[in-house]
Amino acid sequence: MSGKPIRVLVAKPGLDGHDRGAKVIAQALRDAGMEVIYTGLRQTPDQIVGAALQEDVAVVALSCLSGAHMHLFPAVVEGLRKQNADDILVLGGGIIPDEDIPELKEKGISEIFTPGTSTQTIIEYIESKVG
Amino acid sequence: MVENIKGKRQKYNEKLEKLAAKRPERQTNFATDSGIDINTVYTPENLTGVQYNDLGFPGEYPYTRGVQPNMYRGRLWTMRQYAGFGTSEETNKRFRYLLDQGQTGLSVAFDLPTQIGYDSDDQLSMGEVGKVGVAIDSMLDMETLFDQIPLDKVSTSMTINSPAAILLAMYIAVAEKQGVKQQQLKGTIQNDILKEYVARGTYIFPPDHSMRLITDIFAYCAKNVPNWNTISISGYHIREAGSTAVQEVAFTLADGIAYVQAAVDAGLDVDEFAPRLSFFFNAHLNFFEEIAKFRAARRLWAKIMKERFGAKNAKSMMLRFHTQTAGCTLTAQQPDVNIMRVAYQALSAVLGGTQSLHTNSRDEALALPSDSSVLIALRTQQVIGYEIGAADTVDPLGGSYFVENLTNEIERRAGEYIKKIDDLGGAPKAIEFMQKEIHTSAYKYQKDIEKGAKVVIGVNKFQMQEERPKDLLRVDPLVGQRQADKLAKLRAERDNEKVQKLLKDIEKVAGTSENLMPYFIEAVKNYATLGEICNVLRGVFGEYQQQIVF
Repeated sequence: MSGKPIRVLVAKPGLDGHDRGAKVIAQALRDAGMEVIYTGLRQTPDQIVGAALQEDVAVVALSCLSGAHMHLFPAVVEGLRKQNADDILVLGGGIIPDEDIPELKEKGISEIFTPGTSTQTIIEYIESKVG
Repeated sequence: MVENIKGKRQKYNEKLEKLAAKRPERQTNFATDSGIDINTVYTPENLTGVQYNDLGFPGEYPYTRGVQPNMYRGRLWTMRQYAGFGTSEETNKRFRYLLDQGQTGLSVAFDLPTQIGYDSDDQLSMGEVGKVGVAIDSMLDMETLFDQIPLDKVSTSMTINSPAAILLAMYIAVAEKQGVKQQQLKGTIQNDILKEYVARGTYIFPPDHSMRLITDIFAYCAKNVPNWNTISISGYHIREAGSTAVQEVAFTLADGIAYVQAAVDAGLDVDEFAPRLSFFFNAHLNFFEEIAKFRAARRLWAKIMKERFGAKNAKSMMLRFHTQTAGCTLTAQQPDVNIMRVAYQALSAVLGGTQSLHTNSRDEALALPSDSSVLIALRTQQVIGYEIGAADTVDPLGGSYFVENLTNEIERRAGEYIKKIDDLGGAPKAIEFMQKEIHTSAYKYQKDIEKGAKVVIGVNKFQMQEERPKDLLRVDPLVGQRQADKLAKLRAERDNEKVQKLLKDIEKVAGTSENLMPYFIEAVKNYATLGEICNVLRGVFGEYQQQIVF
């Protein structure tokens, strides 16, 4: 650990309004000592990329429960790549069918967390990757 | 009697103490999910100060025991599964399947673009079309949705809020095309915008303009669609966002107060519109607290309508409600266990006196429900209704020392919250306060699960290696394209000059205080799309900007 807190952008891409999970994770990461920015609802992939760069984060954590993840998650990774920011770790969470996970990982989403995951698991994952 | 019990109670307490010294209790303290402490046992001592009058008979003020005198002995609750996905053709098929299996009412789930007033070919709709519900762009889709479903026979609930007026206009227009008059229509639009700002997020316009659309609906329906429930004031989503049972009651009724006040301020007579207000609650896991919650909400609302708003019509004081079991309690782990969770939740709603019920499906933490899982969910209701005798007497837990005590306590605590919200200037001004309270509860709930203080089978206890179910529903990824093609064809074939004129009319009237409903009906009949109408309104009203609270 470098001693400098890890900066994380928690984002809600698309039109999905269910942000309980996003907010709970944002709070848990903050309680674990990270600096957390939450975008609020209805962000386009471009807006999320813009916010990630502006806030100089190490991690983008995406949450989507509407089933639009196959469209939205890879678009964020692609947007970061175009801005030469593919060193930013991108995570996804929500109601994501098992069979979609390999494709999402292939497209650059580092890990997918599905319902029932503890906040501690996510904290440990982030610390292991960017600590 | 209470004196007599006091003596016996002392002996009992001594026994308890001796026992605890030998064998401590399972937990250091017992409490409901709302944090109400639970005693080892309840006796009439716990009801001191509560008069039987405060309980009353079913069908009598304050309706603690139910809104009808005979409740389910007359007719069971409406079995109404929330359904919708893909195109209107696919959803129509699911509706007819459910009706064939004995469902007694319809409930439409719309996709997110429809809920937020975008057409399927809008850039912002990409990836979302047909995913969490059915895509409705124009009256054409609505005609397909209700194909071969007689709208004078079946009642329909539509979960639509910000653009509720436009979807209701489409429903009225489709009925008319079927030869059904507005006066014959039965059903509900959710139409609860305050809950959208607080907990669910599918808002479009700023609060003032949203409230105006709502009062336009109240006024229009009071005259033209008298059997329509013009709003379903929803605690469901507040609970799903993480609130406790007490907060669910408090924030829902606080929203209800705001709607009644807005309508009264708009010059409507309370007894003219209040009988058509309905409510929507969650049935969560803490069985007795949930039963008490429904009873407390009913009593509290009756008092609010009578004492605060001076309602005279008994119907204005009756809190009628739909219930859905708690989606957020379903687990992706061991999905079959969800069948049991749903059954107990559904039973709590029935013991609490619900008017209509949706039971969730076992696979909903993984996907939208498949035909087979939605069938089990419907059968769960039918078992409760027809096999176990739960519907054979009214308010079977009335008089339970424990349940009455919980009912009183929830009413008291919810009343305190409502007072706090009043002090903040009412629900529209207290949105952030409510969000903060909900988030605090949600976070605590998650921490309790992670600490093991709250047991979730399959998640933090009794875990096992398992395979995911194979028959999960997949929405066809081409639905967005199909809807876009359909729209292109519609725009090529309709009378566009007329559509433009009708949209202009809406723009003009939106800036006045004239009722918008007749203009919406005329526009949708001529196949103006939902997105087109909402874009006109966005131009006049603006869009709501969320405050980020966590």
